[in-house]
Amino acid sequence: MFPERFTFSIADWVNTWVDELVTNYGDVFRHISDTLLWAIINLEGLLRGTPWWLMLAIVAAIAWHATRRALPTLMIVGLLFLVGAVGLWDKLMQTLALMLIATLISVIIGIPLGILSARSNRLRTVLMPLLDIMQTMPSFVYLIPVLMLFGLGKVPAIFATVIYAMPPLIRLTDLGIRQVDGEVMEAVNAFGANRLQQLFGVQLPLALPSIMAGINQTTMMALSMVVIASMIGARGLGEDVLIGIQTLNVGRGLEAGLAIVILAVVIDRITQAYGRARHQASQ
Amino acid sequence: MSKIVVKNVFKIFGARPEAALNMIQQGQSKDQVLAATGCVVGVNDLSLAIEPGEIFVIMGLSGSGKSTLVRHFNRLIDPTSGEILVDGEDILQYDREALRDFRRRKISMVFQSFGLLPHKSVLDNVAYGLKVRGESKAHCAERALHWIDTVGLKGYEKSYPHQLSGGMRQRVGLARALAADTDIILMDEAFSALDPLIRAEMQDQLLELQQALHKTIVFITHDLDEAVRIGNRIAILKDGQLIQVGTPKEILYQPADEYVDRFVQRRVATV
Repeated sequence: MFPERFTFSIADWVNTWVDELVTNYGDVFRHISDTLLWAIINLEGLLRGTPWWLMLAIVAAIAWHATRRALPTLMIVGLLFLVGAVGLWDKLMQTLALMLIATLISVIIGIPLGILSARSNRLRTVLMPLLDIMQTMPSFVYLIPVLMLFGLGKVPAIFATVIYAMPPLIRLTDLGIRQVDGEVMEAVNAFGANRLQQLFGVQLPLALPSIMAGINQTTMMALSMVVIASMIGARGLGEDVLIGIQTLNVGRGLEAGLAIVILAVVIDRITQAYGRARHQASQ
Repeated sequence: MSKIVVKNVFKIFGARPEAALNMIQQGQSKDQVLAATGCVVGVNDLSLAIEPGEIFVIMGLSGSGKSTLVRHFNRLIDPTSGEILVDGEDILQYDREALRDFRRRKISMVFQSFGLLPHKSVLDNVAYGLKVRGESKAHCAERALHWIDTVGLKGYEKSYPHQLSGGMRQRVGLARALAADTDIILMDEAFSALDPLIRAEMQDQLLELQQALHKTIVFITHDLDEAVRIGNRIAILKDGQLIQVGTPKEILYQPADEYVDRFVQRRVATV
């Protein structure tokens, strides 16, 4: 038994802090929440409003542009068709919308953070343990305060997803930029390139394969959050998995689970192909 | 007026440069400084003057500080103490803006492992210096094509560096430096990574170009043959200190000390 006099708890302190946050800044969070909700509802509406065949055609075009090969393109379209065939098209679109928004936010925050962290060793030493925490902390722990701040539904789901899915993008952006050949950077410097010219002309293009791998990881991790997202009220494929669990309907759960896997495979193949295409050109 | 003047430059790498600088100025050796402070002395109280239009070769073994020294001339490395004047201007006083402008217009550099941009074509690589300083696209392309032609890479404009051989890559590096049209070109072991035949060819080409261009070229090498072949004057470095400066003849026939003599003897032995 651990001696009583050495124990302490930060629970009360954290509780007070979160309570104060909710009372004092509730309006701010409500505003962020509304903006985000507006974005996701519009995207969802757009995706669901697009006829299925047009959607498949668009995906096919993207897949072709990324891979330049017929077989993977056909596979990707076929797999998505399969999801539609088991009646999960609508939910697929809802999940896709959630994932796209979460990925977009991760990219908007993650890539600049990765760039900054590649520039400053000090920032990096602070950031890396934080990213470890974001990735290992059980998501339910931060879901509680997020729920208090944003209410139930899609917005807290997106926040939870971003927290979990963003770290690999930051890490890989940082890594990609740091791995750019030292002599190349020296040369660029010697010719008097300013910071923006260095960043957009050299560092980001050369780090692109690594950044694409980061985006790939982020999308995969975002997808692995969809079931948890459904627990706090986000619609989509996760919902069906959840219902499958709750009603012991293994078949339904499996269908939805496979649909998530298919979505993951499709996105994985497309993002990987983009990363690779650039890589080969740059070697 | 000398093109580049270096006055009492020290460069100390490590966490305690002031302490190390004090020690070295009191006449302690490089090893003593390293043992006491953990700092490495890169350049030790070095002064020299480089005249306009000459090929000035800085020679020394690896670790002698020659690459460190040449990076002071365009401030890729800042000295711990000392003065560096280019065209009479103290470049250490430049702020970031002025330094950028100085690098864009006055000084360019060729690197040992080429330092080419792997994601850009030969044309874009050669035009890089011009593009960075904001020249028009047409002008960039015109100048780049001219220099690609001059260094003998006509027809490779659209190739990427990884498709070229080492010698061809360094021609791109040379063309890039020439295209920037700066008075001064720094060449850091530019031909050291090339095989002997290509190397001789590049040396000839450099001499030929120099006849027409009259640039001030600072050439770093560890090879006395190369130094004698292309240098108007040669400076010999050891442990960050200047041992001797002179014409190739002076170096060969009046070596300042045993270190220089060993270089020369080895050359005689191989001939």
